Amino acid sequence: MKKIGELVAERTFLLSALASSSITVAILAFMVFMGLPLMKQAGFYQLLVKPWAPYQGSFGIYPMIVGTGCISFLSLVVAFPLSLGCSFLIATIAPKPVSKGLRRLIELMTGIPTVIYGFVGIFLLVPYIRELFRSGSGLCVLTAALVLGIMITPTMTLFFCDSFDRIPRSYLTAAEALGASRTQKLLYVILPCAKKGMLNGVILALGRAVGDTLVALMLAGNSVRVPGSVLEPARTLTAHIALVIAADYESPEFRSIFACGVVLYLFTMMVTFLVRYLSFAEGRRD
Amino acid sequence: MRRITFIQPVLIVSILLAACLPAFSGSLDSFQGEKGELKISGGTAHIPVMKEAARRIMMANPEIQISIAGGGSGVGIKQVGEGLVDIGNSGRKATDEEIGRYQLKLFQWAIDGVGPVVNPENPVKALTKDQMKDIFAGKVNNWKMLGGEDREINIYTRDEASGTRAVFWKKGLDKGAITSFAHVVVSNGAMKSAIAQDPYGIGYVSVGHIDTTVAPVALDGVVPTIETVQDGAYKIARGLYSNTRGEPVGLTKKFIDFLYSPDGKKIIESKGFIPVR
Repeated sequence: MKKIGELVAERTFLLSALASSSITVAILAFMVFMGLPLMKQAGFYQLLVKPWAPYQGSFGIYPMIVGTGCISFLSLVVAFPLSLGCSFLIATIAPKPVSKGLRRLIELMTGIPTVIYGFVGIFLLVPYIRELFRSGSGLCVLTAALVLGIMITPTMTLFFCDSFDRIPRSYLTAAEALGASRTQKLLYVILPCAKKGMLNGVILALGRAVGDTLVALMLAGNSVRVPGSVLEPARTLTAHIALVIAADYESPEFRSIFACGVVLYLFTMMVTFLVRYLSFAEGRRD
Repeated sequence: MRRITFIQPVLIVSILLAACLPAFSGSLDSFQGEKGELKISGGTAHIPVMKEAARRIMMANPEIQISIAGGGSGVGIKQVGEGLVDIGNSGRKATDEEIGRYQLKLFQWAIDGVGPVVNPENPVKALTKDQMKDIFAGKVNNWKMLGGEDREINIYTRDEASGTRAVFWKKGLDKGAITSFAHVVVSNGAMKSAIAQDPYGIGYVSVGHIDTTVAPVALDGVVPTIETVQDGAYKIARGLYSNTRGEPVGLTKKFIDFLYSPDGKKIIESKGFIPVR
């Protein structure tokens, strides 16, 4: 009896594993298949480098790729120092109860829905940016990147904290015994030891920044051109999909969002593989 | 005994209410005995009317559930065609190709204008049509050139599937270019809040949506209002449509009939549109 039960359970789990992994592959296949007519007609490479001008028959997603790149890279620039400071405070400087409290708070922050960040950004940050620089509407790359940066900071901080915690106590005690100051301890012991784990955190946070739709949709202005400066509006790939999905199913506009999907998919896949590779490399070294 | 005295008046009132409601509802009588779910999506200009109509119907008959979503005209036509919703709203006439592909039945129940709007703080409240075309094409890019402050003009437009955009582009801009600098927002409501937030912005919304938070811009001397749209002085106007796939039946038909009833027309008027006769 037990054997049959085990066999059934084994098969069921195998089936669900197969289903979930094949769905992932099927999604990519579906997007390629749906985007194929346009990709064949215009060429996938052409789609990547051409501008978006549906009335002139050009459905390139180049401005959106640049927009995504700028906004997510800038948000990393915002989030990295913030996370580094927070995690250093939590992991080493702050007394135990404070650091525990801060950690709970940051864990809580990872759960805040992105639409709330967007909403706060619209009412607080947008008018401020507009009047500060006296240029444009305040809906721009900079605003979106700032809010996105704050949004991904908790994720990044938690990763940093975890990798700081994994450093053997003895290393830190040794550094202290040698008379190292806190700064020296950070620079010469903690950072080099935690490098790999931190990189993981950065890459995952980047993935989150690239994949987020609402913040960019609400704050970046969504104009379809390559931004000339951080104060100009831009559109991300995800926001583009959200905006164009209303178009007619049969139209080339609609087809082009599958190209966006493929680009996003490939990017996320690359990020995942990179994280896997790094964790693997780290695991082997240990 | 005390408990019963407390419940009694509540019971009496609710029985009275239940007994009297149908008598007061007039056009809502047809919903008696109906139950079920009605899904509506699409044009965002339609939403205030849809919400009010749905509220009244659901108050009169709690057995009916009506859900209303936005998405824009493109979504409305697409979703009703695919059978995802019962009524798909559009702020433009569905194309012959769409009507053919989905066997759509069109019901135009109101006329609506699409008017340019600016922030109430903006001193520029009148433009010629050519000036407006130049603004949206990006040729005129500073309010100073129009007698306003020395600040860049922030242009707001709608996504390509929007019926409001289609009408404004065709009749307001004579199919002229819209600069790629333009910000893109996803609904009439979002346009209104964007302009209300940005003292240097210009955009366009359904006339029914114009209130004190945004200021209409007179075009060639004609301010877009219900009156000017109705008497034809203001030219950028369109029909508001509710579309169904095939001939509507049951609850769907009753809902559309309600829009054409005297009560429905009153709702349409109160929300700033002109009911069709």
